Amino acid sequence: MSSVLILVDYADGKVAKTAGELATLAKRVGSVSALLLCKAGESGPLIEQLKSAPIDSVIVGESDLFATHGIAALAEVTANVMSEKSPQALLISSSARGKEIAARVAVRTNSGLITDAIDFSNSMIATQSVFGGSFTVHSRVSHGTPIVTVRPSAVEAEAVTSSPSVENISISLSPTSQLTTITSVQPAVKGGRPELTEAKIVVSGGRGTNGDFAPIEAFADSLGGAVGASRAATDAGWYPHTHQVGQTGKTVSPQLYIACGISGAIQHRAGMQTSKTIVAINKDPEAPIFDLADFGVVGDLFAVVPQAQAAVAAKKQS
Amino acid sequence: MVNGLLDRAGVDAVLNDLDEYAIEEALRIVEPLNEGLETPQHTITLISMGPDRATEALRKGLSMGADDAILISDPSLAGSDALATSKVLAEVIKSGGFDLVFCGTESTDARMSVIPAMLAERLGWAQLSFAGSVTVDPASSRVEIARMTDAGVETMSANFPAVVSVIEKINEPRYPSFKGIMAAKKKPIETKTVGDLGLSDVGLASAWSVVDDATARPPRAKGIKVEDAGDGGTKLVEFLAEKRLV
Ligand SMILES: Cc1cc2nc3c(=O)[nH]c(=O)nc-3n(C[C@H](O)[C@H](O)[C@H](O)COP(=O)(O)OP(=O)(O)OC[C@H]3O[C@@H](n4cnc5c(N)ncnc54)[C@H](O)[C@@H]3O)c2cc1C
Repeated sequence: MSSVLILVDYADGKVAKTAGELATLAKRVGSVSALLLCKAGESGPLIEQLKSAPIDSVIVGESDLFATHGIAALAEVTANVMSEKSPQALLISSSARGKEIAARVAVRTNSGLITDAIDFSNSMIATQSVFGGSFTVHSRVSHGTPIVTVRPSAVEAEAVTSSPSVENISISLSPTSQLTTITSVQPAVKGGRPELTEAKIVVSGGRGTNGDFAPIEAFADSLGGAVGASRAATDAGWYPHTHQVGQTGKTVSPQLYIACGISGAIQHRAGMQTSKTIVAINKDPEAPIFDLADFGVVGDLFAVVPQAQAAVAAKKQS
Repeated sequence: MVNGLLDRAGVDAVLNDLDEYAIEEALRIVEPLNEGLETPQHTITLISMGPDRATEALRKGLSMGADDAILISDPSLAGSDALATSKVLAEVIKSGGFDLVFCGTESTDARMSVIPAMLAERLGWAQLSFAGSVTVDPASSRVEIARMTDAGVETMSANFPAVVSVIEKINEPRYPSFKGIMAAKKKPIETKTVGDLGLSDVGLASAWSVVDDATARPPRAKGIKVEDAGDGGTKLVEFLAEKRLV
């Protein structure tokens, strides 16, 4: 029976929603084994949460060494599990850390790696969106066991109830996986809004906000969306760099992207042009962002955005 | 290095893809260490893999202040993926006697920001990636970074040798001075081929993955544009409602 291994991501005792997405893709190929590597004593509640994803078995490795040595340690254990279980493929979430773990496992197992996939077929063909979303590429691994990292929210997770078997493995690390020592961790402060790259709706502000993001945030909140920004806005210090959308920022592909006071420079487009629906508000009728927009309003964002927000609020009431 | 334990004294740097932030950071670490020394003890070597025209980029790095450069240029390397690229670079680094390797975090082409991790794995060196700040203590041969990613900030450290990748916000790269540009003209760029490195299984023919097809995204259909006549916001929300987005 062919199986696909997925590496489970979690934070603060919560399994990331990417676990369900990876399991959903893995299921297309065969049975799904979830690899859960965590601190000693942490696995119980995490395993419980995995029962709402299509997972057939959970392989659990508990060790405090993961928190101390990070990526190299996680990669060594993942590679060892690969060698022992010979899965059809390994799927990992496309975070900075996920990609680095995948990179090291690829070297260790001499396997091909495809990063930032947005889809993975039953015949293990990965789909990627490249050059700022201007090309769609299909590729497959031709050497070793396919290792594929998948962008968060690229696919809808299948909601099921599963009762996976649980296998515990013991952890031992080679000295080269313990060269780096992590001495302190400050997790990113999460606001009440959804994660930029995972959000279904993103409202972004640019130089046109003149530093006032209040209407942008209020509009995003009324829509349950995340807040993005152009580089002009992040460079000016109006909004944190972590919210920058574009070539040197985040790539987002939400159902709805609303650009407010953003001209639509090529570097900004590179981060948002695969969005399903694009709306632009800009006072310059010639702004290039209108070339992308499914709906554009030529006007002052300080008039249009609050009015739109009020209209959304009114709709919710009715 | 300073205490002379290593066979070749000096902090050295290497670039996978010519990256000014990485060069700048290496310069900021090396320059204070060399200050007041008759002959610099600590050197920076640029390493790049690419076609011959990559020498231009290397020349710029040399004019910023790096000491010398190695270019791996070989027609057989066309189409190399990250696994092949990291294999070639690791081979060069192994023979260099370096203490630290600095890389950019993500190249502007499709190298997927995985090269630093692959290098560390291949070399068996410590991995210190996504550094938003770097502190080097030559006396104890230790390097500490603040890793900055979406997940937060982690402080991590390791002994030399280590692979360090830096994020864009770490510094403001300098512009080469006129003096630097003149000096760079005399600095050596050594060119190597795959054969020189004793490697054969790299390049497109032995890539670890293959592209089946690539299609240009169709242009977006022309949208609706309205002039705000006091009802722009309302119209916008009507559009969203029609699309079932609110
Ligand atoms: C290597 C490189 C990488 C880059 N990476 C990125 C990146 O990742 N992301 C990114 O965004 N940019 C990036 N840039 C910068 C990019 O080229 C643009 O400079 C930037 O996107 C411009 O931001 P903006 O649209 O907010 O500002 P501007 O281009 O100045 O546009 C502001 C717009 O606001 C409109 N406006 C002004 N006032 C109002 C108002 N009251 N109501 C409505 N509209 C108003 C104006 O008509 C104008 O169209 C990069 C550039 C380089 C060279």
